[in-house]
Amino acid sequence: MVNSTLNMVWLIPLFPLIGFLLNGLLGKRLGDKTVGIIGSGVMLLSFIVSVYLLLNYLGLHQIGAEFHSTLFNWISVADLQLSVSFQIDSLSLLMVVMITGVAFLIHVYSIGYMHGDEGFARFFAYMNLFSFMMLVLVLADNYILMFLGWEGVGLCSYLLIGFWYEDEENASAGKKAFIVNRIGDFGFLLGALLLFITFGSFQYSEIFSQLEGYSVGDGTITAITLLLFVGAIGKSAQLPLYVWLPDAMAGPTPVSALIHAATMVTAGVYMVARSSFLYVLAPTSMTVIAIVGVATALFAASIALTQNDIKKVLAYSTISQLGYMFLALGVGAFSAGMFHLLTHAFFKGLMFLAAGSVMHALANEQDLRFMGGLRKKIPKTFITFLIGALAISGIPGFSGFFSKDEILWQAYSSPAGGFWFWLVGAFAAGLTAFYMFRLIFLTFYGEARWKPETHAHESPGKMTIPLIILALLSVVGGYVGVPALLGGDNRIHHYLESNLAKLPVDVTIHQSNSLEFTLMGISVFIAIAAIYVAYLFYIKRKELPDLTTAKIRRAYNLSFNKFYVDELYDYLFVQRLITVSKWLWNKFDVRVIDGLVNGAGELLIVSGRHLKKVQSGLVSGYALSLFIGSLMMIGYYFFR
Amino acid sequence: MTPPIEYYLWFAAVLFAIGVAGVLLRRNVIIVFMSIELMLNAVNVTFLAFSRQMNNVDGQIFVFFVMTLAAAEVAVGLAIIVAVFRNKESINVEDMNLLKW
Repeated sequence: MVNSTLNMVWLIPLFPLIGFLLNGLLGKRLGDKTVGIIGSGVMLLSFIVSVYLLLNYLGLHQIGAEFHSTLFNWISVADLQLSVSFQIDSLSLLMVVMITGVAFLIHVYSIGYMHGDEGFARFFAYMNLFSFMMLVLVLADNYILMFLGWEGVGLCSYLLIGFWYEDEENASAGKKAFIVNRIGDFGFLLGALLLFITFGSFQYSEIFSQLEGYSVGDGTITAITLLLFVGAIGKSAQLPLYVWLPDAMAGPTPVSALIHAATMVTAGVYMVARSSFLYVLAPTSMTVIAIVGVATALFAASIALTQNDIKKVLAYSTISQLGYMFLALGVGAFSAGMFHLLTHAFFKGLMFLAAGSVMHALANEQDLRFMGGLRKKIPKTFITFLIGALAISGIPGFSGFFSKDEILWQAYSSPAGGFWFWLVGAFAAGLTAFYMFRLIFLTFYGEARWKPETHAHESPGKMTIPLIILALLSVVGGYVGVPALLGGDNRIHHYLESNLAKLPVDVTIHQSNSLEFTLMGISVFIAIAAIYVAYLFYIKRKELPDLTTAKIRRAYNLSFNKFYVDELYDYLFVQRLITVSKWLWNKFDVRVIDGLVNGAGELLIVSGRHLKKVQSGLVSGYALSLFIGSLMMIGYYFFR
Repeated sequence: MTPPIEYYLWFAAVLFAIGVAGVLLRRNVIIVFMSIELMLNAVNVTFLAFSRQMNNVDGQIFVFFVMTLAAAEVAVGLAIIVAVFRNKESINVEDMNLLKW
């Protein structure tokens, strides 16, 4: 009975696929209105099915139940049996509901945002294709199908970043994202192949069921998990492969919200959580993840402090928040990481959409220096943006508070964590609150610095209603994970825990209520203090930013220029690659390849020049050679 | 008392050799042509000799074919020679050298 309901799972990715085909093939003929309805309608249908499945799943009263729904055989070669089949468990259902829900809202928003764009139908086709690929990624029950989705979302990301490809900068941002992701994908693929060599299967459940024979710290598992994490680094924009994400802001804002904040970039987090049973056997990999995560969180936050492009600030903020998620995964708090993934999808998707609404109001202005005073002009955008900022800053009552605090607490108390993880994480959280409110104050407060002829106006309902819904979710989204300390029962943790691995050591031994309370208090204090500093800097005493900047000119320049990482990579890799390519072009291509081809032609010309003399034009000469030829043939038969 | 076959064969061989020498050495196209006829006839003689020796008429039938072919060839060949002569005012083979590099 239940199984037959859950077997409907194939409908979830099917709807966006239909939307992609309709919009992609017939888009121009359907007209913008129909395209918009199809594009978001299919997402709504998927969302409804997803929620229906989730409710059914929750109704099972069977914690950690796991269902497989096989559609068809995909690849069958020798030992390798691959099928397109979906896995339904708490983890994939959580992701599916979040993806379809947020995607639906963003699709609706896009109808307003992309209104009048020439590529309207193309945009919706790509967005639907992206949703399809993302759903395949999270629903897959084996690593290869996941890889299909993984590459598919990468492709859509590339297509959508370079959506306005007439501008070369956008096109090259798309290429950068694709190429940087390739590095990570290579690691992912190697990891998946090593899994197959070791376990003889790509399927999660088949792999995980064989893990009992492996001890903690096993070398092969460590190698596999590290390789898979390389994939996650690329896709989820962690150090050192994060450089593509800020540039990815070249795409339309709904793309940034959907792909580069809410869903695709969290694929790495999802993948690590999905492989948690492997990761708990590899403490080294866990430590690597935690360190990379916390370093990224701090690094990206410190860059976000000084950026002037509203979308760049949000991009670095996303990188930083993804760092938090990896920190949680690295200390073994997989459910906390997934929880933050969920709340982050709400509030960061919200803030991107709100930023899009601000840009919409100011005729596509993205520079914070030319904003200001918008609070009264676009109140709905302001309120929703403020809610998002409060959520990400970790103000109690908003969703970010619960998830971020859970992560910080786990970073402190987990046997795989430690004081330093907590300290850096808490410091980065302070930076987060500061740059978010810097953004708010510069955008919505103070005097208007935009051109007076700009007619700042609130966005249409198609755009503000998704904002309001996401704002509501940013508030209430956190209440699925209220920690026990605050009288909650951390439902999301219990919901997820049986599909996620646990660290071999029991986490709870190290817990103490008063300590947790103190740490919570400290992080709330840090957030409020940071907001107050931002208030001082950007509202109360506006000379302060310049004064401070002058004092720490070098540090400021480092942050403003993004620590010169792009320049460093350009020098270390891009220029080297160009040098090698030029050498290959001048030496190998011109000399060897062209030499071979031209040499072949030259050879024929030279031999022809000599052989042509045979053709003398003397009839008797021809007759003689004919005669000699016949003699030779006869002679051959005669004397052989 | 008929002469042995070797006589005919030697005769045909000499005739053929003369034909070959004529084709290779002479420059007058008509002479070259006649030399070709000579070679054809040398072959005919060989056919007849063997036909008689083997008591088989196949060879004689072949001779008829060869003669027909020779007649046709001469008709075409002479027409070409006339055409060439009209263009070049010459029937020297060395002047017919347009088809070279």
